Amino acid sequence: MATASKPLRTFDVDALIADPGVGIVVCCGSGGVGKTTTAAALGLRAAEAGRKVVVLTIDPARRLAQSLGLTELDNTPRPVTEVDGSRGGSLDAMMLDMKRTFDDVVEAHATPEKAAQILANPFYQAVSSSFAGTQEYMAMEKLGQLRAEADRTGAWDLIVVDTPPSRSALDFLDAPARLGSFLDGRFIRLLAAPARAGGRAYLKVFSAGVTLATNTMGKILGGQMLTDVQTFVAALDTMFGGFRERADVTYALLKEDTTAFVVVAAPERDALREAAYFVERLRQEGMPLAGLVVNRVQAVPAATLTASRASAAAEQLDEAAAGGSGGEGGTAGGGSGGGVTEELLRLHAEIAASAERQRALVSRFTTAHPRTAVTEVPAAATDVHDLAGLRAIGDALGA
Amino acid sequence: MPSPALIRSLAEARLHVVTGKGGTGKTTVAAALALALASQGKRVLLAEVEGRQGISQTFDVPPLGDDEVQLVRDPSGGELWGLSVDAKPALLEYLQTFYKLGRAGAALEKVGAIDFATTIAPGVRDVLLIGKVYEAAGRTAGPKRGQGALVYDAVVLDAPPTGRAVRFLNVNNEVADIAKVGPIKGQAESITRMLRARSTVVHIVTLLEEMPVQETLDAIEELSAARFGLGCVIVNQERAALLSEDAIDALGADDIEETVRADLVSVGVRATGPMVKGLVAEGRAHLERLDLEAEMRGEILAQGLPVLHLPALPDGIEGGGLAILAEALEGQGVA
Repeated sequence: MATASKPLRTFDVDALIADPGVGIVVCCGSGGVGKTTTAAALGLRAAEAGRKVVVLTIDPARRLAQSLGLTELDNTPRPVTEVDGSRGGSLDAMMLDMKRTFDDVVEAHATPEKAAQILANPFYQAVSSSFAGTQEYMAMEKLGQLRAEADRTGAWDLIVVDTPPSRSALDFLDAPARLGSFLDGRFIRLLAAPARAGGRAYLKVFSAGVTLATNTMGKILGGQMLTDVQTFVAALDTMFGGFRERADVTYALLKEDTTAFVVVAAPERDALREAAYFVERLRQEGMPLAGLVVNRVQAVPAATLTASRASAAAEQLDEAAAGGSGGEGGTAGGGSGGGVTEELLRLHAEIAASAERQRALVSRFTTAHPRTAVTEVPAAATDVHDLAGLRAIGDALGA
Repeated sequence: MPSPALIRSLAEARLHVVTGKGGTGKTTVAAALALALASQGKRVLLAEVEGRQGISQTFDVPPLGDDEVQLVRDPSGGELWGLSVDAKPALLEYLQTFYKLGRAGAALEKVGAIDFATTIAPGVRDVLLIGKVYEAAGRTAGPKRGQGALVYDAVVLDAPPTGRAVRFLNVNNEVADIAKVGPIKGQAESITRMLRARSTVVHIVTLLEEMPVQETLDAIEELSAARFGLGCVIVNQERAALLSEDAIDALGADDIEETVRADLVSVGVRATGPMVKGLVAEGRAHLERLDLEAEMRGEILAQGLPVLHLPALPDGIEGGGLAILAEALEGQGVA
């Protein structure tokens, strides 16, 4: 591809964070594209522009967490120091502890006695700490809690959410509903039925199939597991009006106009394909997409020199050097005899070609999704360790 | 030349578990490893367990279903087969094999018990997914397991990313609290024996960047603590140094910009200030990058595991890139 045009629409990040109508920004994308860093950089930029921000991170890299002052995983937002608050903004950050969040839900909705019973149940312990969708569900739950707290106390006017590290960005949207519907599902209902008032009559209708099913499951999984499941489900069931309902409430929050999704990708085929799936899904769900952030884009400082011209010039320098005109010492013009410049030109040709390939990939995305606004963040030589690094990313986002 | 450590680590391996941080190219590397083994005359199965159809995308074939599909037939006689393991058919197959379920299977499906077991019952899903890999790895040509020759010489598992890998592989622990007796427990124990055997090695894919390397070091620690056999660290997308020592010295000199400008002018390039500064900046950024990579490489080598290196492919795996990676692995002694 000779040329790739600039995206039709540029994602104006500063307009997004300046918009008082935006109360929640959700950063999503496939694993390894820099979601957490983007969320933190957005949060910092918004705070320094005057917003009162809380950033919910899921699984930050150790040094990034340290840069935000997150030394412990205690599930509570903590103020980030050294943020420039001269415009009246502030930044709090927290790391999600999914088990603790789940425990809090239980404790908030059950009597102490019942809560203790649930927390001790092995099935609950496994679901709350290792079920594949629990992290997503609890991220949603925490988002709902932060939102309620923001409404109640006015502590924050913008919540920036990072999403769990999954292969697919769609998991964030799907997992909570999956967990909710299974905890609320038919099989669980049937298992729990004997424990509820009127359950016996209900059970009778299905009894042949259910008995067969439960007996078989008992054989396969071991009888104790079924007993544990039944105790767990019965306890949860009497506790609050349906997990599905809860998941639905938070899901609805994501559809509100005050929510904006930022899709994060790297300029690579797979990451952009995931981003495309996600953009499409948001459209189907009627969820508000603010734009696409493409991280780690190859910067080309000597952009005016094309790859082919650089290669040709390198060739010429090579020939001149081979011709022996200047030898080791240098040429008439005071150059190096070609050495370093030739190497820099060849390096530049690689860099320019790589940037061109990335542009082609991004352009393929923008052609398929012309209405999606795009902004790019250049690749840095090293990872972000401190607020200065996050600020630099914020500057690139806002540019 | 392959290192003795590498030869030791791979000689007895039949099940290669490939993990790594998200975004490091785990699926591509698993595919290249499987291809490298197949091109040496082996019959190899490449299995994925996350339902992402990474194999079908990598080999550009239609999405894989419940059956093993032949992906490559090598002139050496080697074969590469692909499988996308899904928990639900795995459970139904398992029930059919061990319980001859018939009507009960349908009843289970109807009330949602299959969904329940494969989606939410903790650990059961992982036991089923690995269970299918276990079945394939131990499958023999004879009428019963253990009779006749093994169907696959090697199985390469594209495993979940490092953050979840240990939990995924530690199936026994996962179900221990839940299923105290019963066949699932028994199955988990057989699987655990296989995963801890010398014939299973876990490879970790990384890039020479801080976060992936940090996760690699963490994973090495966790996997060792959980007593899994470690194979190699596979460094993916390793960049070649594009500047010589002389050029690096020259970049540090005060008059570098004048030097570059004069050279450009000597070959007729209209050298502008930004262009000259840009070329120098590109050179210095490249050096910074190489320094970081060297530091990261040092951290990996300090772990004492065999390390394999895969080059960065400018065009990705499209257009024969996978074969280049497979050849690179073979060239480093993968057999």
